[in-house]
Amino acid sequence: MSDTPTPLPENPAPDPWLGLRRYTAARIALGRTGTSVPLRELLAFRLAHAHARDAVYSLLETERLLGELEEFKLPIYHVRSQAENRSQYLQRPDLGRTLHEDSSRALQDSAPASSDVALVLADGLSATALNQHALPLLRLLVPRLQQASFQLAPLTVAEQARVALSDEIGVALHAQLVLILIGERPGLSSPDSLGAYFTYGPRPGLTDDARNCVSNIRPEGLSYPAAAEKLFLLIQESLRRQLSGVKLKDETGLLE
Amino acid sequence: MSYRHTIRQRVYEFPDLKTLLAKASPLRSGDVLAGLAAETYEERVAAQLTLADVPLRNFLHEALIPYEQDEVTRLIMDTHDAAAFAPISHFTVGQLRDWLLAEATDTAVLQGLAPGLTPEMVAAVSKLLRNQDLIALARKCEVVTQFRNTLGLRGHLATRLQPNHPTDDARGIAASLVDGLLYGSGDAVLGINPATDNPRVVRNLLEMLDAVREQYQIPTQTCVLSHVTTTLQLIEQGAPVDLAFQSIGGTEATNASFGVHLGLLQEAYEAALSLHRGTLGQNVMYFETGQGSALSAGAHHGLDQQTCEARAYAVARHFKPLLVNSVVGFIGPEYLYDGKQIVRAGLEDHFCGKLLGLPMGVDVCYTNHAEADQDDMDTLLTMLGVAGCTFIMGIPGADDIMLGYQSTSFHDALYLRHTLGLRPAPEFEAWLQQQGIFNEGGQLLPAPEKHRLLTQVSG
Repeated sequence: MSDTPTPLPENPAPDPWLGLRRYTAARIALGRTGTSVPLRELLAFRLAHAHARDAVYSLLETERLLGELEEFKLPIYHVRSQAENRSQYLQRPDLGRTLHEDSSRALQDSAPASSDVALVLADGLSATALNQHALPLLRLLVPRLQQASFQLAPLTVAEQARVALSDEIGVALHAQLVLILIGERPGLSSPDSLGAYFTYGPRPGLTDDARNCVSNIRPEGLSYPAAAEKLFLLIQESLRRQLSGVKLKDETGLLE
Repeated sequence: MSYRHTIRQRVYEFPDLKTLLAKASPLRSGDVLAGLAAETYEERVAAQLTLADVPLRNFLHEALIPYEQDEVTRLIMDTHDAAAFAPISHFTVGQLRDWLLAEATDTAVLQGLAPGLTPEMVAAVSKLLRNQDLIALARKCEVVTQFRNTLGLRGHLATRLQPNHPTDDARGIAASLVDGLLYGSGDAVLGINPATDNPRVVRNLLEMLDAVREQYQIPTQTCVLSHVTTTLQLIEQGAPVDLAFQSIGGTEATNASFGVHLGLLQEAYEAALSLHRGTLGQNVMYFETGQGSALSAGAHHGLDQQTCEARAYAVARHFKPLLVNSVVGFIGPEYLYDGKQIVRAGLEDHFCGKLLGLPMGVDVCYTNHAEADQDDMDTLLTMLGVAGCTFIMGIPGADDIMLGYQSTSFHDALYLRHTLGLRPAPEFEAWLQQQGIFNEGGQLLPAPEKHRLLTQVSG
C-alpha cells in the first residue's frame, strides 16, 4: 500500500500469532508498546477513519453523472431533499426523506403517465460509493431490465437523500417499483459501499419492512455482475408478485 | 399538573412532568428531532430550576405514560419499594441532588435506597448534575453480580470480549477470541453478536464458546446475543446457554418493536435459571439498551430519550441481570450528534443504571457518521474508569468488522486498568496469572511465542 506510513525504527513487532489474520479481517495481533497500540496501527486506523469521514462529507459528481447517464437514453431529473446541508442531513433524517418543494413540482410537472421501474441515484451517507459504483452497476442492470421489456421511468439523481425519498419520487413518476442506489454508512474498511433498495408500490410513510435491500455493492464486496443479477431477479419477482419487503424475502430465498 | 418558573418577568410554564423533564435535558440531537428540546438556553435552565423544586412524590402520582397504557409504567409503580423510599420521601429533586452528593450518603446508603428510586426520579436528578457529579455519584455505588466470577467489585474493571465476524466464521471468531484472551479480556462475558439469528448458527457458536471455556477452564461466562425467542428455543434443545440476552427499551411499545414484552423476558429468565450453570451466582440475564431506541421505534410517548433510557433500567433490574450495558454511540448522530453528546449520555446512562442498582457497563462507541473520534472515546473511557464502570467492550483494534462501528479495544482496557489501577474480576485475574498472561502485579506479560490457547485456532 503506497499510503501506509514508512515504518519507524524499532517499531514494536506484531504479536507472534500474526498468522491468525488469515482467518479474519479483524485487527488482531497488533502488538503493543506499553499498553498502547504501535504507531503504525494507530495511523492505519486513523487513515481508515479519515476515509470514512471523507466519504460522509463527499459530494455527488453531478455534472459527470448527469453526462454519463445520457447513454441510457432516458430523461434525467436532478432533485434534492429538504435537508439543506450535511450537518442538517445527519441530524434530521426526516428532511432527507422529503423532496424539496422545487424538486417535487418539477417531477410532477413532467412525469410520465406510468412506468414499471424508476431508478434513483442518491448520495446517502457516502456519495463516493455512488460516484464510483452506480454507473458500472447500471450498465449491467438497465439492459437486463429493458430486455425483459420493463418500461423504465426517467432517471433521478438525488442529493441529501435518504432511502425513503425514493417513495416520493416513485409516486411522482407513477412507477410500480422504485429502486434507489444509495451510499451506505461507511465502515472503517468500506468507505464506498453501495446499497440498493427497492420498493413495490411506493408511497410516503412506508417503513423498511416494505423494502428489499442488496448491500455492500463494491468490487471488494458484492461484485457488479452478481449485484445486477440478484437485483434483476428480485425486481422481476417483485413485479410479478406485486409485493416487496419481508414477504418477498421469505419466499424467494434470494436474500439471506 | 403544570409547572412554572419566572426569570426576569418571563414566565416559563411546563404543562406536565414529561415536558418539564424533556426541556430540562442537556441538549442532544434526538430530543431536537423529536421536537421536545428546550428552544433556548434560558428555557433549559428555567426547566432545571423548576425541576429542582418538584417533590419526588410527584413522580409516584404523575405517571409519564399512563398506567393503563404501558406495562413498563405498571412495573415501575407496582414494584416501587415505599420503605426504601421513606428516608427521602419528603425531598424535592434538588434536595435529592444535594443529599446524594453529601459525604454521609455512602455506598451502603445508596444500596439501600435503590429499590425506593424510580427511573424517572433518577433521570430527573441526572438532568441537574454536571459530568463530575455523574462520575462522583456513580463511583459511590457498588453493584456486585455473579455467575462464574464476581463482577462490579470496587477497584475492578471487566471487559466483554466481542469477537464478531461478518459471516459468523468459526475460525475468524476463534482468532479474535484468542487474541482477546491473550490480552487479558473477557471477564464480563465472551459475547458474540451473530450476523444471523438462525438457530443452527447460534447453537454452533454457543457450543464453540462453551468448548473453549471448558477446555481452558476459563472462569467466565459465554453468550451469543441472539433474540430471546431464539435463546429460549435453544435452551429447550439443550444448547449450552449461560446468559439470556435481549435488547430492551423503556416503554412497552419500544419493547414490542424489539419483539419482546415483560412476560417473555420472565420466561427467558426462568428458563436460564433452570439450567443452574452459574457456579458462584445466579445472575443469568444480559441486557443492552441505548438512548434513542424509543424515538427510533416511534414509541417514546413524548418523553425525552434519556428518561426513556432510564425507564429501560427498571425493566432490566426486575430480572437481576449479570450485565447491562448502554450501547451509547451506536445509534447515530440523529440521536447523539457528536463526542460531547455521546460523552454526556454515556455518563448519564452509567450513573442512572448504577443508582438504580444495575451492574452497568458502557459500550464506549461511535459510528462513522457521528462527529466523534477516538479522542472522544478516550475521554469517555477514562471518565467511566474513574466512575467505576462495571465493564466495557473489548474488540480487536476497536474496530468491529461485523457491526461496522468503533468501540474500545483490548489495548484500551489495558490502558484504563494500568492508569487507574483497576483489576479484572478476581477469579479471572487468577486464571490470567495461571496462564502466564498477566504477572502478579496485573501487568500483561510479553506475548508468548506459543501459547496453548493458540492451538484453538491453528491446531
